[in-house]
Amino acid sequence: MAQDWLTRPHPVVVIGGSSGSIEVLLKLLPGLRSPLRSALIIVVHRRNTADSTLSELLALRTCIPLKEVDEKEPVEAGVIYLAPADYHLLIETDFTFSLDDSEKINYTRPAIDVTFESAAGIYGSWLTGLLLSGANADGANGLLAIRQAGGRALVQKPETALVDFMPQQAIQQQAFDQLVDIDAMIAYINGL
Amino acid sequence: MISTDELELLLTDLLDWYGYDFSHYSRASLTRRVDRLWNLGKFPSFAELRYQIRSDANYAERFIEGITVNVTEMFRDPSFYLALRNEVLPTLTAKPFIRIWHAGCSTGEEVYSMAILLHETGLLHKSLLYATDLNPEVLDRARRGIFSMTPLRQYAESYRLAGGTRDFSDYYTAHYGYAKFSDDFAEKMIFSTHNLVSDSSFNEFDLILCRNVLIYFDKLLQEHVLTLFDRSMGPLGYLALGSKETLKFSSLQPRYKQLNSEKIWRKIG
Repeated sequence: MAQDWLTRPHPVVVIGGSSGSIEVLLKLLPGLRSPLRSALIIVVHRRNTADSTLSELLALRTCIPLKEVDEKEPVEAGVIYLAPADYHLLIETDFTFSLDDSEKINYTRPAIDVTFESAAGIYGSWLTGLLLSGANADGANGLLAIRQAGGRALVQKPETALVDFMPQQAIQQQAFDQLVDIDAMIAYINGL
Repeated sequence: MISTDELELLLTDLLDWYGYDFSHYSRASLTRRVDRLWNLGKFPSFAELRYQIRSDANYAERFIEGITVNVTEMFRDPSFYLALRNEVLPTLTAKPFIRIWHAGCSTGEEVYSMAILLHETGLLHKSLLYATDLNPEVLDRARRGIFSMTPLRQYAESYRLAGGTRDFSDYYTAHYGYAKFSDDFAEKMIFSTHNLVSDSSFNEFDLILCRNVLIYFDKLLQEHVLTLFDRSMGPLGYLALGSKETLKFSSLQPRYKQLNSEKIWRKIG
């Protein structure tokens, strides 16, 4: 199976967010067209209990398959993946997910930087990072890594973010190619 | 950042020079951890990092500790401990002697959590907790039973959510920012190095806990370790894994039955 993905690569979008980002996802997901030609990976800061409420909530807003990541699961186009609570989410060179429960980064696990940086090394120019609303500096370094590896960095327009600290951090570090509102996010992902 | 080829060179060195086999560990996690140590050690090049590991055994020990994940906490996932308390331990009360193995115990927080459960269910006096890890250094810390006070408030809350009804602070004495747990617990614990990759079964157990260790292994090594646990498991013994780990897809699955919602399986065949 892994060979399939080696010979037929597909775009990957990693979406990171913290406070105020669930509201964005609830508006963004219904706008996505099925079948999705990319793989969508969502990393949001959440309570560190292993409950499935968030994936159920998000799955209600889309007809695209949406699931919490299982360890060693292959990354496939057409699926929306949610990082599980209390683990960092990484990608292996054979395009499978790895989970890691090492130290919190930026006071959080999962950390957006960890997934952004790991995916950048694997997907290069096939990768887009999208950073949403949040009150934490997580994500900006990861966007830099994505750009360095040839991928694209999108940041939610601060004036549309419930909490604009996270987008502002990315902007201050010049870690973006484009500032986007929700409609532009939908159009971008549908256009991949 | 370390390249794929450089990482393979380092892993070969660690096996050839020090006998630690990381060849079946997940590369994504190793890459991050080696990068971190590379930055911390301020090595100007890969060659210098490699030379330091090969020429300095003390550094190599610390390096090995640094690339393995030693993060742990007391009563992590309280609902898991609640299931141990209410569903697992009651089935062991009739046994004259209870043997428990914590595989990959790190600094011992889970072992002390277990001892507290055994104490409260009246089983500690006839229990023995074997706690093993790859790293001698973390075992030294576990043996002392001394933990930082900082996360203790959260541990007390997790203890309560795990069905604990006593005053958590009765179990330790606080001293200059550290908490020393009662020696009554440590008396029931045996700490020893054990490498899940290369060491074999050493006893028969009623309960084996190995939580958030398998996520760092590839599927081959996972199967190897699960088989090791199976061979170390007494009849009707229990195997407990981390919240994202599973026996599904392993050769053990047909002979193990999962408890309702937690990652606990009982050997039935």
